[in-house]
Amino acid sequence: MIEQEEKQKPLNFFQDSGGKKGILAWITSTDHKRIGLLYLYSLSVFFLVGVTLGLLMRLELINPGKDIVEAQTYNGFFTLHGVIMIFLFVIPGIPAVFGNIAMPLMLGARDVAFPKLNLLSWYLYIFGAALALSTLLVGKGAPDTGWTFYAPYSIKTGTNVTMAVFAAFILGFSSILTGLNFLTTIHRMRCEGMTWFRMPLFAWALYATSWIQLLATPVIGITLLMIAAERTLGVGLFDPTLGGDPILYQHLFWIYSHPAVYIMILPGMGVISEILPVFARRRIFGYTAIVYSSLAIAFIGYFVWGHHMFTSGMSGPARIIFSILTFLVAIPSAIKVFNWLATLYKGSIDLKPPMLFALGFIFLFLIGGLTGLVSGALATTVHLHDTYFVVGHFHYVMFGGTGFAFFAAIHYWFPKIYGRMYDIKAATRNFWIIFGGFNVLYFPMLWAGMMGMPRRYYDYLPEFHIPNIISTLGSWIVAFGIIMMIITLVKGFRNGKPVGKNPWNALTLEWQADSPPITENFEELPVVTEGPYEYKS
Amino acid sequence: MNQDASNFVQGVDTAFVVILGICLFFLIGITVVMIYFVVKYHKKRHPKPVDVKDNLTLEITWTVIPTLLVLVMFWYGWLGYEPMRKVPEGALTIKATGQMWAWIFEYENGKVSDNLVVPIGKPVKLNLSSPDVLHSLYIPAFRIKEDVVPGLNNYMWFRSDKLGEYDILCAEYCGVRHSYMLSKVIVKPVDEYLEWYNAPADTTKKALPVGLQVLQRNGCVTCHSTDGSKIVGPSFKGLFGNTSLVVNESGDKIKMTVDETYIRRSIYEPNTDLVDGYNKGLMVSYKDRVNEEEIKEIVKYLKTLK
Repeated sequence: MIEQEEKQKPLNFFQDSGGKKGILAWITSTDHKRIGLLYLYSLSVFFLVGVTLGLLMRLELINPGKDIVEAQTYNGFFTLHGVIMIFLFVIPGIPAVFGNIAMPLMLGARDVAFPKLNLLSWYLYIFGAALALSTLLVGKGAPDTGWTFYAPYSIKTGTNVTMAVFAAFILGFSSILTGLNFLTTIHRMRCEGMTWFRMPLFAWALYATSWIQLLATPVIGITLLMIAAERTLGVGLFDPTLGGDPILYQHLFWIYSHPAVYIMILPGMGVISEILPVFARRRIFGYTAIVYSSLAIAFIGYFVWGHHMFTSGMSGPARIIFSILTFLVAIPSAIKVFNWLATLYKGSIDLKPPMLFALGFIFLFLIGGLTGLVSGALATTVHLHDTYFVVGHFHYVMFGGTGFAFFAAIHYWFPKIYGRMYDIKAATRNFWIIFGGFNVLYFPMLWAGMMGMPRRYYDYLPEFHIPNIISTLGSWIVAFGIIMMIITLVKGFRNGKPVGKNPWNALTLEWQADSPPITENFEELPVVTEGPYEYKS
Repeated sequence: MNQDASNFVQGVDTAFVVILGICLFFLIGITVVMIYFVVKYHKKRHPKPVDVKDNLTLEITWTVIPTLLVLVMFWYGWLGYEPMRKVPEGALTIKATGQMWAWIFEYENGKVSDNLVVPIGKPVKLNLSSPDVLHSLYIPAFRIKEDVVPGLNNYMWFRSDKLGEYDILCAEYCGVRHSYMLSKVIVKPVDEYLEWYNAPADTTKKALPVGLQVLQRNGCVTCHSTDGSKIVGPSFKGLFGNTSLVVNESGDKIKMTVDETYIRRSIYEPNTDLVDGYNKGLMVSYKDRVNEEEIKEIVKYLKTLK
């Protein structure tokens, strides 16, 4: 081959171990691509733990009464399932893995702004994760409060809450530092010619996300410390028997955790905005509208936390204001969906696996968003609040949205990262299994919730039996699909067909780098002269 | 459908129909258009993409129309909700206590019941109170739910126009027996209700010892069984006169015989001398709910539970 004749081709980031051996070459590397892969592998392990807990919960709920575990164990399951999925998978997910791997490449940069800080974020993540999982093994058992740690129950229970709360606190720091790193990178490291409005939409989404990470995460840190102080020192903050106020806890918790929902979904939307133009062979429709809608979501997202508390005893006017703001935050999401739809118009659509996952995202996110409107209106939310409808709703957003975007991203950037292609047919089949199973798993939850089945229920009245059986069947289909997906990807990594720089013929800068990219990303930094989606027809 | 189960059903269900209708329209519309585009502009049929310029009019259209539609949804949501916080004058007031893990309803004449018995066609106001953690009183058939918050005087109200029994569930997670925190609303004709209301407390449970009645009224038996099975707290069966291993204030494990003094202390200061293996803080003090007289009755009853 011609390339072999060239002299001294720089090593790609897999080959260049930085002079270290074995695992050390990974866990002491400050290369954004290696750190991204560290996140990918550790995150996948935690994701599978979360999936397993979810499967066990579904199995327990297949019939009323006890099936496999006691109530206390079940309560530990749903708490850990939530903590793991939210703090270890969905929140860090796309930014930590694909933000790290792809974003500097897309900006035409050699790395993130603070590579060492980047590695520190990963260490904090691992430390926090280890702490969260160890609550299973030490002390008086896994926390049984739900991932929201609502007071005063979280103050009273004898389980390992303090440790879990501390774990979430540390994970928060990891998130803050990543946000800070990305903000600086996006401000300072864009290559020549890449003005703000020539920046890929994935980078824009990460930019909006990073601001939320930086500004909102400290609030949860403080709140969690307050819980720890109350539990260990008896300071009366949230427990009325000590003179505290349980509603105050809910406010503080959701002031972070609602914006956090947008930390979870915005990067996913960014991924979809990258994939659609590539596989529709068309410029993205409404680039500017998508950028501004990301920023609008990040901004309005700060002011809607009260919709988690509609029946909490909050004052009437507060309920009305939070309801109307909640409806307003839906608008920028709707704008995105319409622009994505318009991007398909008159394109030349290629249904490769990343595109399928992206279209699957749009459908599932649509259901997630629309069920959010049903839960945002006052009359209906009183009935639906804290029922399985809400459980179904946020799984459509978090799994159907962020989860599918994550799957889309891995199928999209896989050839760039590994320089090989997975089996396209197998990946297409896997998509349909997961997509189909997903709806069998979560749609019945919406139904059970409409009937009035409360969430966090170990046991239920017989009238809720049928949706629960169907949902459990769905969980097996999804789990099977996920296993198949992992097999396909691992096979592709081992002996997939080698690909060149740009197997999808995409225009963003990461596709100008080698596959896998060299350590320094580019031999010569690129210069940008137009927007990122100028596909010529 | 039980449109008359409560006065809120109609407003809430109208909101459901309007909002779900709009949502379904968008879901189906967008999905159909998406599939249509994917089929029509598939690369097999449409190998050459056409560049389409951004269109400001379109952007404005699909910003303004959804904004108007969500305001419509908000409006219907508000309409159905608005009466829920406005209690009519002269409503029958009942104190509803949610505690781990039972509902207790206390009437103005001092009558206590574990079911919520109400007269048909009369507004009923529930004053919600919790001695321990958050609960949420949820009556799906009535479309109402409100959190029961310790330290806060929250309330809810309804009027039922249909005789029958309806489930009461707890919708806010409250610990190990959350899903068993069940009760019923029983809607009775007015005369039957008055008969029930005015009947002396004893007639319904005449056969039961007074001590057991006290235990049931205060929800004690939801955590402490009377048949030896372990629920959350130690069973009452064979408890009295038994020797228990307890953790005293300095954290040492000592043996202690369960006598009247110990029973009283456990009811009034549940966290002192806690039986080994049980969690601190799960039980609250019943100092202002169970008096000395009643404690004597409890002890008398416990002695019989061998």
